[in-house]
Amino acid sequence: MSLRSNLRTGAAGLVLLAAAGAASAQSANDPLEGWNRVVFGFNEGLDAAVLKPVATGYKAVVPELVRSGVSNVFANFGDGWSAINQLLQGKPVAAAQMTMRVATNTLFGIGGLFDVASDLGIERQQEDFGQTLGRWGLPAGPYIVWPLLGPSSIRDTAAMPLDLSWRPAALSHDDATRYGLSTLQLIDVRAGLLTAGRLVDEIALDKYVFIRDGYLARRRSLVYDGDPPELPESNDSKDAPPAAPK
Amino acid sequence: MLFKQVISALSMTLALGATQAQSAVAPDALIKQVSTEVIDIVKSDKAIQAGDVGKIVTLVDTKVMPHVNFQRMTASAVGRHWRTATPEQQKRLQDEFKILIVRTYAGALTQVKDQTVQLKPLRAGADDPEVVVRTEVKGKGEPIQLDYRLEKSGSEWKIYDVNVLGVWLVEQYKSSFAQEIGSAGVEGLIAKLAERNKAAAKT
Repeated sequence: MSLRSNLRTGAAGLVLLAAAGAASAQSANDPLEGWNRVVFGFNEGLDAAVLKPVATGYKAVVPELVRSGVSNVFANFGDGWSAINQLLQGKPVAAAQMTMRVATNTLFGIGGLFDVASDLGIERQQEDFGQTLGRWGLPAGPYIVWPLLGPSSIRDTAAMPLDLSWRPAALSHDDATRYGLSTLQLIDVRAGLLTAGRLVDEIALDKYVFIRDGYLARRRSLVYDGDPPELPESNDSKDAPPAAPK
Repeated sequence: MLFKQVISALSMTLALGATQAQSAVAPDALIKQVSTEVIDIVKSDKAIQAGDVGKIVTLVDTKVMPHVNFQRMTASAVGRHWRTATPEQQKRLQDEFKILIVRTYAGALTQVKDQTVQLKPLRAGADDPEVVVRTEVKGKGEPIQLDYRLEKSGSEWKIYDVNVLGVWLVEQYKSSFAQEIGSAGVEGLIAKLAERNKAAAKT
């Protein structure tokens, strides 16, 4: 009996892998496309039903000053994490700049509520542990979509425990505060993406493909701080006719 | 009297000839001029600030698009199937893709409130036929990266790819287009583009 059920599980696993393999014929970096599309669909449903309405309501009801205060406090924590990652990546000047941001905003911006540093011209250069790993030479690996957390890559997923540990929610002591802060941060992020989300809906032919390719391209660019090396030309583009003089 | 008129006519023609020869603007100067012009109009126009997307679309169409090599953009995004498309299909692809690109650019511009465009140093030789012009849109918060790939066509520079926040548009659309062509052919792609453009025009 147990051998048969083992074989059945094994067969089911092989079928899943085969399905994943068939789907992977589409794109080199998405061998998990089958799973990813399912999770993407789930996330889209959850977004339409809960997240987007709540974020829209948040944006409509809460005054801009309060909302930007909330954003700034979360971003201030993020800036601290960026500074640490810049040190890990061997960028002491950038790390010093980000530390200045945190210090300025915490002291003069009343605990991070006001982004005084930007007004003073100290710009944000966002870094996270996923980018640090990339900088250290770890390739991004296959694309993977997580429930609620959204698009990621194998490398960025490995970095997630550390990246998520630096949020105010993780640093709080009791469960109620933790869930409250997590939810607030999620709503804050979603509210910030409402316009971008509408734009993607308008211009994407296949929303899943669009978000996947955009995510992977953007992460690659971030690892190289906006200046990634040219990708090797695929055979496709060599067939494109040269520019015709107008 | 007649002599003076002839002389002034001749000198006017010579002057015109001289400005024609000088019409080749450097690629980074061109980008700076066009971006600043567009952003200034977006910031000062009340209707656009109120959210009139149609007006921004017209703005982008008249100010930015004349400097874009659309055929190259579309051909690159479509990839190897471009060769198999008929000239009529190629034209339709170009037209629909153009509407899509204009809307993408216009959508990004609706977010402009008090930003300025800053040019980054140009990293190109004097005779390079293709250059990348890098700019940053600076305002509140993190600067937005906005790069352009330009090619020299005659005496003018034309844009053939745009990068927003690290993502090159042509690369971005390549897989979407390839997937659509794979399942429904070039006609299917044209239909999908047209449908998407029509749907977005309604919102």
